[in-house]
Amino acid sequence: MKLATFSRGGVHPADKKDLSKEKKLERLPIPSELVVSMSEHLGAPAVLTKKKGDTVSRGEVIGTAAGYISADVHSPVDGVVVDIRKVRVQSGAVADAAVIKSNETQSNPWTDKHDWKKLSSEELLDLVRKMGIVGMGGATFPTAVKLTIPMGKEVDALIINGVECEPYLTSDYRLMIEKPDEVLEGVMVAAAIAKPKKIIIGIEANKMDAVALLSEKAAAHGYPITVMPLKMKYPQGDEKQLIKATIRREVPSGKLPLDVGVVVCNLGSCYAMYEAAVYNKPLVERVITVSGESISEPKNLIAPIGTKFSDLIAYCGGEKDDAVSMVAGGPMMGFAVYDDSTPMVKGSSGLLILPKMVDDFSAPCVLCGKCVQHCPMGLQPNKMFRNIKYGNYQAAMDLGLMDCKECGCCAYTCPSHLPLVQGFKLGKKMGRKKK
Amino acid sequence: MRTVRTSPHIHGSLRTDKAMLFVIAALLPSCIWGVWAFGLRALLVLIVSVASAMLVEYLLGLVSKEFTLKDYSAAVTGLLVGMNMPPEIPLYIPVIASAFAIAVVKWTFGGLGCNWMNPALAGRVFVFFSFTSQMSSFTLPRWMAVDALSSATPLSAMKTAITGGAAGRSAELLSSTIPTTELADSISSALGISPYAVDAFFGNVGGCIGEVSALLLLVGGIFLIAAKIITWRIPVVYIGSFALLSWVFGGIPYGLGAFHGEILVPIFSGGLMLGAFFMATDWVTTPTTPKGEIIFALGCGFFTFLIRYFGSLPEGVSLAIIMMNIITPTIDRFIRVKPFGYVRKPKKEAKA
Repeated sequence: MKLATFSRGGVHPADKKDLSKEKKLERLPIPSELVVSMSEHLGAPAVLTKKKGDTVSRGEVIGTAAGYISADVHSPVDGVVVDIRKVRVQSGAVADAAVIKSNETQSNPWTDKHDWKKLSSEELLDLVRKMGIVGMGGATFPTAVKLTIPMGKEVDALIINGVECEPYLTSDYRLMIEKPDEVLEGVMVAAAIAKPKKIIIGIEANKMDAVALLSEKAAAHGYPITVMPLKMKYPQGDEKQLIKATIRREVPSGKLPLDVGVVVCNLGSCYAMYEAAVYNKPLVERVITVSGESISEPKNLIAPIGTKFSDLIAYCGGEKDDAVSMVAGGPMMGFAVYDDSTPMVKGSSGLLILPKMVDDFSAPCVLCGKCVQHCPMGLQPNKMFRNIKYGNYQAAMDLGLMDCKECGCCAYTCPSHLPLVQGFKLGKKMGRKKK
Repeated sequence: MRTVRTSPHIHGSLRTDKAMLFVIAALLPSCIWGVWAFGLRALLVLIVSVASAMLVEYLLGLVSKEFTLKDYSAAVTGLLVGMNMPPEIPLYIPVIASAFAIAVVKWTFGGLGCNWMNPALAGRVFVFFSFTSQMSSFTLPRWMAVDALSSATPLSAMKTAITGGAAGRSAELLSSTIPTTELADSISSALGISPYAVDAFFGNVGGCIGEVSALLLLVGGIFLIAAKIITWRIPVVYIGSFALLSWVFGGIPYGLGAFHGEILVPIFSGGLMLGAFFMATDWVTTPTTPKGEIIFALGCGFFTFLIRYFGSLPEGVSLAIIMMNIITPTIDRFIRVKPFGYVRKPKKEAKA
């Protein structure tokens, strides 16, 4: 059978998922100190409502959303705020963070089940907002904003992103395998809000067991969900590529998926919505894959938001001698982090400890056109890069720089190892500034 | 201490210097055939070409303080120059060709990635017009040579024949001037194709060192496509369009009429295989977009056809490719990929 995928560009990096694929979800013991940043999501950082010395309880709001595209932040533990300081998170954003010293004993306020089916879609949407749920694939766009369907718009398809196209990462895979019923119920919560005509879960073909399991469970529950296996190709986990792969629609440049009648939701966020709807549990913990060639024991952990990377590494047996870099997220789009005490945020899907992966070779651009062939957005990275290199940011923007999503396919294939993505990040920043 | 770099943190296996080594590897079978056919003298020509190209690259590196020998691009250029030389060429000619290729064509605009036409071809064309007689005296492979006299290539012999007023197919035109092998005769009588096409395919013809064996060049080219260094588009479209034009119009100068032109002899001779797989696919001097590549290849096919059949030169591959190299920046400027989710921009309103 020919599997669906997006049409243009893309690359096939080795998926390296075997390192952590079979590792069952494990709950990280609550670390003694957590650093909860207010910049957990895309948009305005939340406003910290606690002072130094305040006691906080598990699930209590400690930061309130500052604007429409923003999200509340909750305390993941019972404890005391021992310090407030500016902290840099993986994306590079610096914001206020509450350093919380956790108590020895922790309460568990999320045992009672609630029947969410009695709630209206508005009430559910409000719940998703209050629980601080964001897109957990890495972009951390507030889910409530995404699920707010403006008057007059209809959702043809709700697409659940279980693609996990980044190499190494297995957090969504483990969720699908170990908590299929919960994930599917979370999907139904999202569906109750967005009211789509059809629901599709897209999963790449290296996870066929998850495809089989979810289709079986969906049928058993009688949910109207189609589970769609997709051909492996990076960056299929991107919204636009996923929409193209599953329902063959192309989101126009500068528009949102909703403009073609689609809402895309991350699978991890669906699980968070399940917990929010059934247990009224805010997003205070998530699954994170700790993997890479240079970590002693790769693991899939359920860890509270705010856990420092050093605690995760220690729990996974420390790093090997050849470790040179630490990457938050996947290897294609993740961020290299230099500080081991950087805290986990809501978008931390993985933490990779890697040996030297890329050699120091460099050569001038030889105009081979590989970047053009592999760009999933149909851009001309070679030209944009040349313009940015010479400071001509407007020319790069005219070539569609803003459509670039920094997926890294161009830099991955570039035989001259040009820092293309770095150039585009700079170009976007400078280009925006000029406007 | 952590190493910090921008994403992506992994990289594909393709690398410019490795790609150059792949190209050299793909060219080797044809070189070995050339040396086997024309003797050690041919090997000397190849060595002199490569060495002089690398020496010039090194010397220019001393000036510019960039040491670029390790990307092997100069070696590829030198090898291609050598492969484009007749085996009995005086040795100063490949030296001049290599020096011109590296110093003038490649380095005047800044070295690798900045040349505006294929350096090896430019070097060849430069010496071709400077030393025309030496550049067009060829010998037959040693097992076919009846005497030490130089021989014409099939294409130049055909050109001479039709300028003398003769007409007909290659088998008739060439029978008095160029010998054929027994193998070619038997295959040609079995299949009904020209024996010269068979000889050119296997490499039993006179010509430049590296261009005689179409078969081995084809093998090398397919290896490069399989290794994803080049795409199929340029070679296939180039050879295809040239073959089509040869079939439709190529018979006219030979008195055969339209739609009766020969295809196999022109395809397998005159360095078309070398040009289509190794020169017209040069990364630097060809368009970067798939559509642009096809336009480029069509242009190459058209100009090769035009020069070979209606020009005064017997061979047109190098000039055709150079001509399209020069047009390449223009192609790249106007032929763009349609971006994902493309929306036609509304006409800009006049500035207030």
